[in-house]
Amino acid sequence: MTWIFENWDRFWEVTEVHLRLSVVPVLIGFLLSIPLGWLASRSATARAILFPLANILFTIPSIALIVITPVLIGVKILDEINVIVPLTIYTIALMVRSVADALSAVPGHVTAAANAMGFRPLRRFLTVDFPLALPVTIAGLRVATVSNISMVSVGALVGLGGYGQLFTEGYQTDNPAKVFAGLIGTVVLAVLADGLLLVLGRVLTPWARAGR
Amino acid sequence: MIEFRAVTKRFEDGTIAVDELDLTVEAGTITVFVGPSGCGKTTSLRMVNRMIDPTSGTILVDGKDVLSVDPPTLRRGIGYVIQQAGLFPHRTVLDNVATVPLLSGWDRRKARARAAELLEIVGLDPAFGKRYPAQLSGGQQQRVGVARALAADPPVLLMDEPFSAVDPVVREGLQDELLRLQAELDKTIVFVTHDIDEALKLGERVAVFQTGGHLAQYAKPAELLSAPANDFVASFVGRDRGYRTLTFLHADVPVHPVTTAKLGQRVTVTDWTLVVDDQDRPRGWLSGVDGEIEVSERDLIAGGSLYDGSTLRGALDAALSSPSALGVMVDDNGAVVGVVKADDVIKALAKARAAGEVPK
Amino acid sequence: MGGWLFDPAHWSGPTGIPVRLLEHLGYTLMTLLIAAVIAIPLGAFVGHTGKGGFVVVGLSNALRALPTTAVLILVVLWAGLGDFPVYVALVLLAIPPIMAGAYAGIRAVDPVTVDAARGVGMRESGVLLKVEIPNALPLIYGGFRGAALQVVATATIAAYTGAGGLGRLVFDGLALQEFGQMLAGAVLVALLAVLVDLGFAGLQRLTVSPGLRPVGTGGKT
Ligand SMILES: Nc1ncnc2c1ncn2[C@@H]1O[C@H](COP(=O)(O)OP(=O)(O)OP(=O)(O)O)[C@@H](O)[C@H]1O
Ligand SMILES: [Mg+2]
Repeated sequence: MTWIFENWDRFWEVTEVHLRLSVVPVLIGFLLSIPLGWLASRSATARAILFPLANILFTIPSIALIVITPVLIGVKILDEINVIVPLTIYTIALMVRSVADALSAVPGHVTAAANAMGFRPLRRFLTVDFPLALPVTIAGLRVATVSNISMVSVGALVGLGGYGQLFTEGYQTDNPAKVFAGLIGTVVLAVLADGLLLVLGRVLTPWARAGR
Repeated sequence: MIEFRAVTKRFEDGTIAVDELDLTVEAGTITVFVGPSGCGKTTSLRMVNRMIDPTSGTILVDGKDVLSVDPPTLRRGIGYVIQQAGLFPHRTVLDNVATVPLLSGWDRRKARARAAELLEIVGLDPAFGKRYPAQLSGGQQQRVGVARALAADPPVLLMDEPFSAVDPVVREGLQDELLRLQAELDKTIVFVTHDIDEALKLGERVAVFQTGGHLAQYAKPAELLSAPANDFVASFVGRDRGYRTLTFLHADVPVHPVTTAKLGQRVTVTDWTLVVDDQDRPRGWLSGVDGEIEVSERDLIAGGSLYDGSTLRGALDAALSSPSALGVMVDDNGAVVGVVKADDVIKALAKARAAGEVPK
Repeated sequence: MGGWLFDPAHWSGPTGIPVRLLEHLGYTLMTLLIAAVIAIPLGAFVGHTGKGGFVVVGLSNALRALPTTAVLILVVLWAGLGDFPVYVALVLLAIPPIMAGAYAGIRAVDPVTVDAARGVGMRESGVLLKVEIPNALPLIYGGFRGAALQVVATATIAAYTGAGGLGRLVFDGLALQEFGQMLAGAVLVALLAVLVDLGFAGLQRLTVSPGLRPVGTGGKT
């Protein structure tokens, strides 16, 4: 712990990088998984393609995806995009199922009632289906965020930034305090992000707890 | 024999579910606990096999204090059937039924053989043994639940609303089956229900519970109907309890002859005529018509309920439901014996009352 | 691009692909065994008693946030190189999903079924072992297979501290700037994950009662 205070500037610097590398993929991945999840909730064909694909993507080790990405998209190995692309893919792989499950779980009588009142599809999706699907979706988002925050560190194994740098440097200089500082940072960040999403979910879906 | 002696159950939250219950269930009878929801029937029942322990008081099964026996051992000697059947979804029907014998240390082959035998006793094709509970209908699951409870041949059977989750027709079938079984097996059965009709049909003795865990009345069904202990019991047994009382009277009603005709026969019909088939079984009525006709299916007026000679209620209902006001009485083969009249039933009732056969 | 993978020279010898595959599989199975032995009894017991559920959920969440790389490095710095740090890191990774699956599985068993188990005279151990666990198996397998996928993928980083497994292909490839080798590592890990999952799916079919399959598909009718 003392390492953190004695090296505050450095710690803050890696924290910023870590945050950027984990939040950006979650945001992009989440936005992309909404239309994909919607598709999967509507069409069996889409489900039959998307779900197995998501499972397979998930089995590719993050370190492998991080080292392969630059070759596939033609950037240098030390570019941050090499972490952002794989983590975005993981986020989508996780979230497509969450979003699809959440949308499928919206009671049929509710959507039927909305249709009967004359909602057009897009409007119904934005004002009825999606809000009702939020609790389950946010539960999925929490898992994706926490696992992303923990996975960013892997990027350091190929020299990228974030808390992972503290791990590799600590390892090379035989300095457990530095590794431990990174570990604490990761866990604190994960817990904070998780708590934030939890609160956000409650604020956004006040009806979910009404009458309990 | 099961004895409740000053049994009280107060839950941690302060709810008094059973209040100073004193009651003796005679060996070899069906005793029904009936009452509105939340009156403590289930709690009373579950204290017998120690699924719940009383706060105070004593429960004796065949003279032995249940609290002196460890619960699993006690429960293996007491059959227990619950509303949702509670079958084990991961075990086949046969293995479900064999559960208690296996727990009691029987070898597998013997337990399975016994289980197969029980399926037959409760009226299920032994081929069902290989199925899983999810592949049975609600009524079938309930039969398996009864078979499982009977497997180790326990002298005592506790049944908590076992038939309330099935449709009325199936329920009636299961009730008849239980009465038939009981005639053979002679168990001591405590049966919980909130359905007063079920209670009156099955119970040799009926305990009516009142909200708050009080025993309002403990009596034979006929007595409950004719002499309810208080307003609560009176309203609980229902408005038409006078009519229901007839169920428990077997007084004689005079049987009158009736004019009959066979299908296809040429007859001149002047008065109500009962049309019968080749085996003398009633098919319907003909009222007076002009001239001679050939009796055909088309001319028939549907008949009412049939009286089998058992209770006054059956006789009265047959008379009231018949288009001719004549209640058709049949024998065991369904052949016509004669007809009964409503006035005669009322007279018989008056006679029974004068003779003190109707409890006051 | 697939040249490296299909070069026969890479399929033999003490650092050949089969050896790496077996090492990787060894890490995975051993990790899952240790994690299951710890997490299933814990999750099942807490699920059975219904007490301490928040501990299980809290512990699972806390462990999930733990970066495996850091754990691996810390244990290496403390205990030296070898397989031990790999197991510590991977077991900590596998425990949360397995424990959560066992806990959720037991909690999800119909209370009526459990009540009936007590009613027929089973002792608490019997209720847990003969009724709750068999009925919880589908969810237990769910957690276990999730853990297996994560462990297969993450065992790759064991090679960072010099241990074996398919991660060697990735890290050696990285050091030598040999893209084919890195790709081969990635593909083999993904393949292994699919095979391991298929294996456990088979095991699940064999050990879960047909009575617990969705209605209409179990057994003959
Ligand atoms: N574990 C418990 N803790 C607190 N109160 C309980 C508990 N179990 C039952 N009760 C209360 O005790 C009372 C009697 O319950 P019981 O289950 O015996 O009723 P019942 O007569 O079987 O009703 P029903 O016909 O609805 O099954 C009710 O008020 C119920 O809410
Ligand atoms: Mg009840």
